[in-house]
Order: sequence, then structure tokens, then C-alpha cells
Amino acid sequence: MRIVDRRLNPGGKSFSNRQRFLRRVRDTVERAVREASRERAIEDLENAQEVTVPADGAREPVFRHTAGERRDFILPGNREYVEGDLIDRPSGDGGGGGTEPGRGHGQEDAFRFVLTREEFLSIFLDDLELPDFAKRGLVDAQKLGSRRAGYTVSGTPANLSLGRTMRMSLARRIAMGRPKQQIVERLERETAGATEKDIADLLEQELKSARARRLRIPFLDPVDLRYRRFERFPRPVAQAVMFCLMDVSGSMTEHMKDLAKRFFMLLHVFLTRRYQRVEIVFIRHTDEAQEVDEETFFRSTETGGTTVSSALVEMDRIITDRYDPANWNIYGAQASDGDNMLSDNDRTRMLLQEKILPRCQYFAYLEVANSNETSPISYIGGSSLWNAYAPLATSARNFQMRRVSRRDHIYPVFRELFQRREGANAEAAK
Amino acid sequence: MSGELLFEGKDWSFETLQMIHDAAEVVAKQELGLDTFPNQIEVITTEQMLDAYSSTGMPLLYRHWSFGKRFAQYEGVYRAGLQGLAYEIVINSNPCISYVMEENSATMQALVIAHAAFGHNHFFKNNYQFRQWTDPAGILDYLAYAKNYIAACEERYGYAEVERLLDAAHALSAQGVDRYPRKRPMSLADEEKRDRERREERERLYDDLWRTVPRSGESARKAVDHQRALLRLPQENVLYFLEKAAPKLHAWQREVLRIVRLIAQYFYPQQQTKVMNEGCATYCHYRIMSRLHEKGQISDGSYLEFLQSHTNAIRQPTAHDPSYSGINPYALGFDIMRDIARIVGEPTEEDRHWFPQIAGTGDEMAALRDVWANYRDDSFIAQFLSPHLMRNWRLFHIVDKEDAPKLRVEAIHNERGYHDLRRSLASDYEVGRHTPDIQVVDVDLAGTRRLVLHHRVFEGKILDVVDTALVLRHLTALWGYDVVLEEVDAVTNEVLKAHMASPEA
Repeated sequence: MRIVDRRLNPGGKSFSNRQRFLRRVRDTVERAVREASRERAIEDLENAQEVTVPADGAREPVFRHTAGERRDFILPGNREYVEGDLIDRPSGDGGGGGTEPGRGHGQEDAFRFVLTREEFLSIFLDDLELPDFAKRGLVDAQKLGSRRAGYTVSGTPANLSLGRTMRMSLARRIAMGRPKQQIVERLERETAGATEKDIADLLEQELKSARARRLRIPFLDPVDLRYRRFERFPRPVAQAVMFCLMDVSGSMTEHMKDLAKRFFMLLHVFLTRRYQRVEIVFIRHTDEAQEVDEETFFRSTETGGTTVSSALVEMDRIITDRYDPANWNIYGAQASDGDNMLSDNDRTRMLLQEKILPRCQYFAYLEVANSNETSPISYIGGSSLWNAYAPLATSARNFQMRRVSRRDHIYPVFRELFQRREGANAEAAK
Repeated sequence: MSGELLFEGKDWSFETLQMIHDAAEVVAKQELGLDTFPNQIEVITTEQMLDAYSSTGMPLLYRHWSFGKRFAQYEGVYRAGLQGLAYEIVINSNPCISYVMEENSATMQALVIAHAAFGHNHFFKNNYQFRQWTDPAGILDYLAYAKNYIAACEERYGYAEVERLLDAAHALSAQGVDRYPRKRPMSLADEEKRDRERREERERLYDDLWRTVPRSGESARKAVDHQRALLRLPQENVLYFLEKAAPKLHAWQREVLRIVRLIAQYFYPQQQTKVMNEGCATYCHYRIMSRLHEKGQISDGSYLEFLQSHTNAIRQPTAHDPSYSGINPYALGFDIMRDIARIVGEPTEEDRHWFPQIAGTGDEMAALRDVWANYRDDSFIAQFLSPHLMRNWRLFHIVDKEDAPKLRVEAIHNERGYHDLRRSLASDYEVGRHTPDIQVVDVDLAGTRRLVLHHRVFEGKILDVVDTALVLRHLTALWGYDVVLEEVDAVTNEVLKAHMASPEA
């Protein structure tokens, strides 16, 4: 009999089968993922997701009989029947007798399974791409990383590889025939215990030579030393900062903030997948703007007038202070119900056009509306801010604007804004 | 009452497994006279058990999305805690591989070893169905070959192409087994070698076959008959037919069909012996564990733990119980085998009348070994389900006729009912009754190359329309031309229905 421990074998043998299965039910899973981004709390968005695949999603057809004109059931546990009894048909197909004994006939049910976080996100973000994904200048600005690359004979003590050194030492001692301590001890004992002189002399001789060899051939020699070698390699640094701008004046309802939050959340999930490091700056404004933490950003409501330009001024200031556009990919997303002081509109547009957009990779304006709004996506008529921004949407390549009123429109709008654009990429590559 | 405990408490180590195996082997070989392949016991994790489960228990099956689907299903059920994993998987190979899970207690490991490494192992080695159809020495190599071959095809022809082909082959795999023995036992390795050598030759043959020009009169008919003979029509092994005769398939596609077919064939004996195989393993583990306890090698506590698992495994709810979901093969097999032991040892007058060959012969293991070797589920039940057991189980037979307003109790466990119950239950285990009887009967060789299949319909059990359409779509994709499937009443030969399918452009 043989016992084999397979526990250390790589698990996940079914990983590639799972990949194939996911590909197979892709449509269903995509729908479910979209559903999830709609239904679930924002904090859970990045966690594992349960997905239900309907039976037809991955059907494996085989030739199957229908029930036929006569079915026989042999059943255990007769209590009251005698031969020839007639029994009412139980309600529900095959009840009373259950289904056909022991055979897996019949339709499969829908089943649920859990997508890992990675699977969820990769489907969630599938074919989304930020326009101007990285600045060319930034791609060149590289940091050096270091990684293990074998062993070397010189180095600092901190990098001494004890295991490898001892291995070399052992090999050398064996090759050179260095006597072991036990052998010396044995010779000493035998010399001491030898009664005949000839033998004692011989042993003495041998002992001397063994001791000499041990001295000549050291236990550890400088040639044994091995150091771990590290190699420097260029590591591209990709960092991004995301500005979240929100109007928190009294006209912004909880519903609107919820829409905005979902949008920012998507943007954040998305950026963290693309960049090693993403920073977020929250700026809220009424008629004055200030940088706040996330909690304050989404929870508190202020009263007062609305001056959108204040937020852009603040953003511009923070960029100048902390995020040198030479080193950072800058993204901005602004959520507002579109109310702005009429006198501020021109200033706002100018700020965006001249200060912000040139320093940004991409800037999205999301106009949020109440859920009872009738024409949800294409907004006709236009709010004051919408009309102010509208000319930019056609002239500036890195600016987009959309209006949403319902949660379930966030995801499609987000996709529209960040859809991979062949043209834009080609242009960026020039 | 001698012997030291093999283990104490729940923990086990590799030494424990070895000791359990050796102690069980003494009982199995010396006292029960079991004859087994050498054992290999592999310790695996839960996740690996799920892996193995989802690829029909085989350690290295090729890749396909349906195994991923199965994994997701099992995992879902397992996570939800609806159902524990089976404690064991055993592979019909030489050496016989039994998986044990690391989470199991020492008692459970002992149970699994007694059950799988001795019970199933003996059954695999000795039952005539397995001897006829399977090649335990070659299966693992063959699976490795199949896996690599299909992976290479994916590399070369693309996932999508291979996936379509496997989908089609899987849909037909129940129609991909030979049901009747061949002249010599099959060796997967030989088959594969011989086939590879002859493949090119056969390729040429197809070309010749299809280059026939229509001829007139007698000679044309003769030519057609000759070609039918070449195609071995009628042919119930649809996958075999396609592999050999489908005009448009490439050599690699034929090889993939062949792989699916041979693997289906490998599992065919398991389908036909579920009750016996589990019954045998259950009977063996029961005897071995009880004996180890008697000998003082298993503590009372462990023995109680074992009894609890054992009782769960052979639980048979009655038909009125909401948890009833058919007859439990473990329970039925185990009870019949225990009943055989009773009849051999202490027969009643009734038993002597029903089982003159074995009643009172005294050596229960000899009788059981003979049963395990020479029967499959349907013949086993037809032969050994005793009146005593039918009364114990309180079996009854209900007939549900489509046009009758009520269900009728056809027979119960009494003098008049025994024969009916035994015959009906046995026929329930005929694999043929559950797999539609479908044959390739004709090919329009001279004209459209339309393939004609027949489904022989028993008791009005025609085919499910939706599934049939889907399977036929796969079939036409393989065949490359029109396919018609006629449903023919097995008694009157009347054509009840026809399903047509054309290949997609």
C-alpha cells in the first residue's frame, strides 16, 4: 500500500474549467453583475458576488424520454394499500412516489454560484478604458525596483545566504577529504587504548595527519561564501489622482447624492484596477468650496447659494499644491443637479476650459436628477450648468457630460463615458 | 479481545492510515477472502475533492466548461451546507486509488479505507462487467493522453472549435457505448496504437466511399448494400458511427469523438452496477469495521461514530416521507447482501423454496463473492431480492397510466405480489430502459447523404422535443448533412414522429 499526500499539489485544478464556464455563461453573468452594481450597497461592490445562472444558461442536452403512457413506481414503506387499490393522483407531478427512483431525469434547476472578487471586477470593468490612460511623459519616469536573481560570491553580510554557503562548504569538505571530528575522537581513543607500540605509533601518526588536515582544510573558507544577488529593474510608476466634485447645496437630495456616490465608486474601482496608486480628493461646495473627507462629502448637507466655479478654483489650487501634472494622471468627476448662479456660468466654463481640462486626463460631468424625471438620459432644455458646459463637450476631447436620474442608469452611463475608444487611443498614441 | 487500538481520538497521521490499512487488509483478505488490486491512498483537501467530483471522479480529465459548471454547482451546495461531501472517491485503476479528505476523523478514514480500498476495489477487480469493459492498468495513462491531446487541439484549432466539438460529443455520449461484449477484452493502449496506425488508411477509404457515382439497377443496389456493410449499419453506437463514417470530420475531430466515446464506455459498467457496487463496499466496510472493533483495534467511541455514519448511509425513507427521493442504492444493495448472508446461514422454509442453490450452504462469503463477480444490478435484483426483504421494506408497486383517472396499486409485498415486485424493480435498473434506444439505420449514399436514425419507442415514451432538437443540431454539425430521427413504435413498427435537422450554413 502506498499513501500519497496530494494536499500540497496545486489546488484549483478546475480553475480553467471555471474560466471556460464563465465564458460560456458570459451574458448571464454580465447581466447579474450589472444587477449587482445596481442593488448592492456601494461598500460591497468590490466583494465577491453571488450570481444565479438559469438552467438554460448552460444547457447540456441529451436524448431524453418523456414520461410515456405508463409509469411504474416501486416504492418502500407501504402502510395501508392492498393490491388493486386505486389512489388519487397526488397534486404535483410524480408526488407521493417522488420522481422516478434514483434517476436524475428531468430539468435542471437554476443554480447559484459565487464569483470571486477578481472575476466580478474583470467582468464589471470589461472593455472599459480610461481615455489617455497614461501620460507618455509618466510612462518614461520610472523607478527602479529590485528582485532576486540567483547568488553571487561577493556582497554585504546582510545578504549572506547561510544555506547556500553551508552547502558549498560541505561540498568542499567532502571533496578535500576533511576528517570529521568523530574520526579524530575515535583515533584519540584508540591511541590511548593501544597496548602494542607499533600500532600505537601508527595510530599516533594517523591522528597527527588527521589533525593537520583538519587545520589545513577549514570548516568554512572564504571561497564558500555565497550572497543573495539582487537585480535592479525599472518599475513603471503609474499614479493617479481623482477629484470628486459635488454640489451639496440644499437642492441636492439624498437620491442625487446616492447617484453621485455610485458614479464616484465606479470610477474609483476602475482607477484602482488601472493604477498602482490612486488618491482621491473630495471637494464639496455651496457658494464656497472646501476639501473634505469622504464621510462629510457624502453625508452632510449645507444650505446656501451655489457657485460651481468655487469648486474648480479649489481643484486648481490643490493640483498646483500637491499634484504636479508632470507626475500625476489627473481625473475629475463632477456631480451636480445643474443649478448654478447664472452670473457664475461663464466663469465656470472658462475655468474648466483653461485651467482644468489642460491639466486633466479626463473630466466627466454628471448631472443628477430626481428619480421622477421623465426623460432620463437625454436631457432636453438643459439646466444652467448643462448649457454652460455644452459647448465644451464637442470641442474638448477629454470632457464628457451625461445626465442620470435612476440608479440603474449609472452603470450604462459610466460605460458610455469610459468605453474604449479606438479613435481616442490612436490619437493618444501619436 | 486482543490487539491494541489503531488510533485514539479524532486525529490521524500517515502511520495511522498505514496501520488502519494493514489491519483492514488482514480482515479483508484472511476472513472475507477479498481479492483486490494494490491500494494507493491519496490524502486531499476539500477543494481537491470538489475538483475530483466535478470531473466524474477522474484525477486528470480533459478540460471543458461543463466540468466548471459542475464544480460551481457542487461548491454552491457544499458551501450552503446542504450536503456534506461524500467521504470518498475511488478510481477503478491499478493500483486502485482511493481519495481521503484531510478533514475526516480517524474513524472516517478507517471507514473510507474499508469501504473504498477493499469493498469497491474488490468489486472493480472481480465483477464481470468491469473485467469485460475496463482496463484499470491503462486508464490513467489514457486519460493523461486524452487530456494532452485535447489541450493540443485547443492550442491548434482554438477553444471555440474544440468546445463545440466536445459539446456535440457529450450530447451523444450516452449513445456512444457498446452494449454487447466484444470478442477480446479491450486494452486502451493497444486500441490507441492500432487506431493511430490505421487512421491514414481509413482517411483514404472515406474519400473513395464518397466519390461513388450513381449507377443504375442491380449493380447500384449491390454497391449500396456493400457500402452499408462497410458502414456497419445498423449501428447503435452513434458516436462510433460518426467517428468512422462522418464525411466532413478532420482526423483530430474523429480522435476527440473517440476519446469521449472510450471514456463513456469506461463508465458504462459503473452505471449498470451502482446498487451492487455500493452494496458490496458497504457490506465490506460493515464487516471489516465490526471485526476491528471485536478485535479491540477500534474503541467503542469510534465504533459508535462509525455506526452513525453507516446508518446515515443506508437510510431509506419510506415513500410517504417528505425526504423520500428514490431508492437508496447503498441501502438496497447492503440489505440484499445481508439477506443473502442470512439465507446462506439460517434459511427459512420460504428461502429454501426461493433460493435452493444457496440456502443453507453455510459459506456466506463464498456466495457473496460469486454474486459480486457475476451479476449486474438488474440481474442481481431479479435473482436475489427475497420475499423476506420485500416484506421488510414493505415494497409496493404503483402504476400511473396516462389515461387512467387514478393510480393503481399493482402489487404489494404478499404471496401474489413477490414476482411482480421483483421483476418490476429489476427492470427499473436496466440501463437500456432509461437510455433511449437509438440507432443509425441508413444513409442516403447515392443522393443527399441524409442520415436516418430510429428511436425504438417502448410504452409511448417518445423523446423530449426541445432536447432532441438541440442534440440533433449537434449531430448535424458532426455529420455535415441532413439528419432525420424517426420515432418508431417498438411493437407495431409504426412511425410515430419524425425530427428533422439540417446543418447550419
